[in-house]
Amino acid sequence: MQMEILAQYFPLFQEAAVLTVKLGLAGIALALLIGVICAAVQHFQVPVLRRIAAIYVEVSRNTPLLVQLFFIYYGLPKIGIPTNPYLCGVVGLAFLGGSYMAEAFRSGLEAVPVIQTESAESLGMNRAQTMRYIIFPQALSVSVPALIANIIFLLKETSVFSAVSIMDLMFTAKDLIGMHYNTTESLFLLVIFYLMILLPVSIAGSILERRLRYAGFGA
Amino acid sequence: MPALGLEVLFKGINFQRLLLGLWTALSISLISVALSIPLGILMGILMTKKNPILRAVLRVYLDFIRIMPQLVLLFIVFFGTTSAFGWNISGELASVIVFTLWGTAEMGDLVRGALISIPKHQYESSEALGFSSAQTFLYVVLPQTVRRLIPLSINLITRMIKTTSLVLMIGVVEVLKVAQQIIEANRMSSPNAAFGVYLTVFVLYFLACWPISLLARRLEVRWQ
Repeated sequence: MQMEILAQYFPLFQEAAVLTVKLGLAGIALALLIGVICAAVQHFQVPVLRRIAAIYVEVSRNTPLLVQLFFIYYGLPKIGIPTNPYLCGVVGLAFLGGSYMAEAFRSGLEAVPVIQTESAESLGMNRAQTMRYIIFPQALSVSVPALIANIIFLLKETSVFSAVSIMDLMFTAKDLIGMHYNTTESLFLLVIFYLMILLPVSIAGSILERRLRYAGFGA
Repeated sequence: MPALGLEVLFKGINFQRLLLGLWTALSISLISVALSIPLGILMGILMTKKNPILRAVLRVYLDFIRIMPQLVLLFIVFFGTTSAFGWNISGELASVIVFTLWGTAEMGDLVRGALISIPKHQYESSEALGFSSAQTFLYVVLPQTVRRLIPLSINLITRMIKTTSLVLMIGVVEVLKVAQQIIEANRMSSPNAAFGVYLTVFVLYFLACWPISLLARRLEVRWQ
């Protein structure tokens, strides 16, 4: 491994890492939004919408992101829906992540015993208050481990973005390997940069998880 | 309404070629699963052992494999071994190696989770009944662990199938690659083929994974 090559490549990877994180965060934020909506629709059994949410969750969970991206990026423009790589990456990640987030929120909501709602009612709380002060905080604390796992999963999934010509970490590594054959240096930096992105999230996640374990009921 | 490009699929043996491509991806995942399950069981059992060195090694292995995107692992094995050792391994072999390493880590963690979830009193009760440790494992621990594990390992199969779509990126000719070839070959006659063909690939993946997920969910509910 040659030091000067590492130094030369470092800024390229840095740029790519920033792009990866930006797109990843945008996708994750959208996925959380979709997740909350789908979970709410399914939990409150909104007619019609709940069927749509259920179908969406099945389709999104049972297809790979790479195939979803190919369809969005190469397929949709053919029927007149324009797209660009970045938008496609974010939308694809949100489409995939939305269902995982929905399942996480839903299992949280389902874990709150009915007695909690009944007790809140008997204390004279209305539905909004019950949701805001009783159900949501408890559901969230149950969902957190799954949500963190999903965030890490989605950050990892951003690695396929290079397939739709987004210049992310994988793209940069593959490009450099192809151009200069400095495979060892490129792969080393690739691993280092993914560790720099993913390790802090993973460590912060497990700290948060440990703290939240006390928030649960009776556990 | 522009043409959707579905007609391309019925030209010649295009649809069969797509299915064959899907089979390439599926067979890589099935071979990897078949290797991962026994190796993962072994790893899970080793992870419950008290030996600190063994534990540390397995922990590092598990954490590294889990935190790295699978595509990075594919690159390391496919490009890295070539430059480091001068090996010239095929994309298929590299994929099987990576997915087996990954599957073993995931399966190992599932097995470990299932093993430590057996309450201590189960061991104590069987000891009180005069079971030897082999008997305890065979008649008490194993049946309970397997029940917990089967739905989870079936889920692992669908995750494996979805992840094998990545082998495209190291040059294995699988369903997406075949789709690209079909679209390229028909660029002039059906310029909109990308929509229909990629939609078909999407549906094919869904049809491959969905029944397996349903089965896993049903078993999970039934054996809870």
